[in-house]
Amino acid sequence: MALLEIRGLSRSFGGVTAVDRLDLDVGQGELVSLIGPNGAGKTTTFNLISGLDRADSGSAHFAGRAIEALKPEQIAALGVARTFQHGRVFANLSVLDNVLIGAHTRLVAARPRWPGLGPLAELALALIRPPSVRREAARLEMEAKAILARFGDRLLPRLDQPAYSLSYANRRRIEIARALALRPKLLLLDEPTAGMNPSETAEMQGLIAELKAEGLTILLIEHKLDMVMQLSDRVYVLDDGRLIAAGRPAEVRADPAVIEAYLGHSAIGEAEKEAAE
Amino acid sequence: MGSWIDYTVNGFVIGNIYALLAVGLALIFGVANLINFAHGSVYTIGAYVGWAAITYLHTPLPVTMAIVALASGALGALIERVALRPLQNRARIAPLLATIGLSFVLDQLVQLIASPDPRALPSDLPDWRFAIGGGSIGAMDLLIAAVGLVSAGLLYSFLRFTKLGYAVRATAQDRDAAKQMGVNVDAVNSAVFAIASALGGLSGLLVGMYYNHIDPSMSFQATLKGVVAQVIGGVGDVPGAIVGSLLLGLTESYGIALFGSTYRNLFAFVLLIGFLLLAPNGLFGGRQKIEAEPLTGSFIAPSRALKIPALWIVAAIFVAAVLPWLHSSPYLLQILTNAWLAGLLALSLTLVAGTTGQMSFGHAGLLAIGGYASALLALDWNVPPLISVPLAGLFTSALGTALVSPAFRLRGHYTAIATLAIGEIVALVILNWESLTRGAMGVAGIPPLSAFNFEATSARSVYWITLAVLVALAGLQARLVNSHFGRTFRALREDEVAARAHGIEVTRYKSVAFAGFGAGVSGAISAHLFSYLNNQTFDAQLSLLAVTMAILGGMGNIPGAILGAVALVGLPEAFRFAAEYRILIYGVVLLLLIRFRPQGLLGTV
Repeated sequence: MALLEIRGLSRSFGGVTAVDRLDLDVGQGELVSLIGPNGAGKTTTFNLISGLDRADSGSAHFAGRAIEALKPEQIAALGVARTFQHGRVFANLSVLDNVLIGAHTRLVAARPRWPGLGPLAELALALIRPPSVRREAARLEMEAKAILARFGDRLLPRLDQPAYSLSYANRRRIEIARALALRPKLLLLDEPTAGMNPSETAEMQGLIAELKAEGLTILLIEHKLDMVMQLSDRVYVLDDGRLIAAGRPAEVRADPAVIEAYLGHSAIGEAEKEAAE
Repeated sequence: MGSWIDYTVNGFVIGNIYALLAVGLALIFGVANLINFAHGSVYTIGAYVGWAAITYLHTPLPVTMAIVALASGALGALIERVALRPLQNRARIAPLLATIGLSFVLDQLVQLIASPDPRALPSDLPDWRFAIGGGSIGAMDLLIAAVGLVSAGLLYSFLRFTKLGYAVRATAQDRDAAKQMGVNVDAVNSAVFAIASALGGLSGLLVGMYYNHIDPSMSFQATLKGVVAQVIGGVGDVPGAIVGSLLLGLTESYGIALFGSTYRNLFAFVLLIGFLLLAPNGLFGGRQKIEAEPLTGSFIAPSRALKIPALWIVAAIFVAAVLPWLHSSPYLLQILTNAWLAGLLALSLTLVAGTTGQMSFGHAGLLAIGGYASALLALDWNVPPLISVPLAGLFTSALGTALVSPAFRLRGHYTAIATLAIGEIVALVILNWESLTRGAMGVAGIPPLSAFNFEATSARSVYWITLAVLVALAGLQARLVNSHFGRTFRALREDEVAARAHGIEVTRYKSVAFAGFGAGVSGAISAHLFSYLNNQTFDAQLSLLAVTMAILGGMGNIPGAILGAVALVGLPEAFRFAAEYRILIYGVVLLLLIRFRPQGLLGTV
């Protein structure tokens, strides 16, 4: 069974069907890309998977568990992390705190899961701060720094700076670091290279390839097709909320429906020629 | 039967008056994305302008109405130009806070110029009533209905058929797009404020004539009623505001018929909370969608807090602790005791509004809960204050959180309105639950603070006790904010959607932030110091003062909150001459801060 299994998922806003009976699978360890023109329903799909929006119908299972009716925080606790299309870092939090928020679901000693009394116990532990809580905090901080170190010198020297003071590209990196701190079983990346120049894009692509090599399961939304084709195991193509193609990158690239959706009807012939070469 | 017709007529009349207010609020919300808390002040000023015209110039009614509309309209345009236009690109809560500051200033000015005493506002309408069914309708009822209908008609034609009306609607739909199409949005704003304020001023005049009574304190309730009507009809929805107002007027009128007039405002606020929870988009609104992706939405200016060396803090505590030996004037000690108590309130508020970014306009309600809890425990169950005060704090945490919890899923302005309403509901329940709270009579003879055989009655001992409690709770709060709670609260403030996507349980953390233990303790200690409490001891103005203290010190800033409390509670008292202008001072301070130093004195954290 696939790690993420989506069947017949639909969501419409007013009269517009943003996602229309979508079927999608992401297997353990796979890197699957979701592509399509603007407004195709890619981000809506992410919102539905991560629980920020509710589907009108259809189902979504993660690791065998129905998640379509869960709240975002519950889905995060199951091990699904995401980034946002336009970036949603916590502007006034330091870089380090942003990443530590990502590790929130992994606070165990500091957040006892006692029914009913959990919040009170958490409060008491935060004020008393026994060694177990302090050790956990120190360990997560080390780990957060290790994650930030993956971005080379981009973020590490700016650990204590508020996120708003960083460049756009760096804020996008913080988001990915924050998502990684959750130790996700499934990582949803929404256009991780938007607004990045070619060298930054290449750097990001390297990182994603590394994450994939480490066995992380990734669902990626991306407009830069070269990157999609190089990274993906499989590609799903959405247009107007509907799945118009799915398969291995090479198959999808040659699919006339995809070419039409991306380039318009007249381009089909040329693209086929190109594909034949 | 006949009386029901009277109640219905009365409901429609009141509803009409609310509609004049609410339509203005809706128009303003439409173009400026702002709930104008100064609207009630314009309404009051309208009533006073009318009074002045009738009393000194002996103007006939149509002329009075024209004068009122012109004067209020000019005031509205002035408010927009001077206080709000400079804040256009600030956090959305900034102009809202500015209108609160303005309302302090305007109300206090009215009070200084016209004296706080109520006045009669006679109307020169004929004194006839004609019977209908078993009830009757008078000339005043017809006048109000006519003004309502004519204004609605004029407004409709204006929005529908004039070029400026088109511009107003375009700006309301999409400000940036309107701007790009060449609409002068500043002129639109100005026009809308003028029109809205003219209607608001007329509303005040009509209310004054209807009850033959005006006083400077009428503005706050007027704003609240307008806001309630707005929420019922859908915030920013002009026809919705009219329907909401009529519904509110009728509900109040029937409610008074059934339960008595002390319940009047309770209906409004219960209706408000009901709508906020069940249909936050109002009667005609649809299902909520998730918000656009913001970078930051709260009133937190990107800034860095001043780092205060620990040594300074220790030194400040030391000075405060030895002060009674250096300077034993009981007057000074009493002022500072009040400041420490206000500091406890400001600490609670700065945690919610600053650290967690949930603007609360109802924190005085927590003081009231704590005060009554401790007073009643001490009086009715003979619990010694040493135990009743902390118990009251815990009780406040539990009840306060429970009361506010339905509002946890609201955001921004809606949280502010809901907490304001909850604060008012607490005061009204205290007023009406006579068997427990002794109602309007209040609770008298509350014993002083004591421990074992020691009674804290001297100014010194009271000073030390409150200082010790303040220092202890500030220390605990600092420790809390320094743990993972701090970053979690702040993440909720910065972006609730992103926080949830990373597993943060909103309800859990907002519960802790809203718990208000310190505010409860502050109210409890106050009760034992004052020895008397009633439903007005902790009023809405105090809630807004707490907001001002938190902003003055820097939102979320713990030493800042205490500094804000000392500055706003201590200083006006210390300079005796300033005492009667204190509300004016608060308003001006708030306005200046928002405009020139939104990060407060010590910076936001």
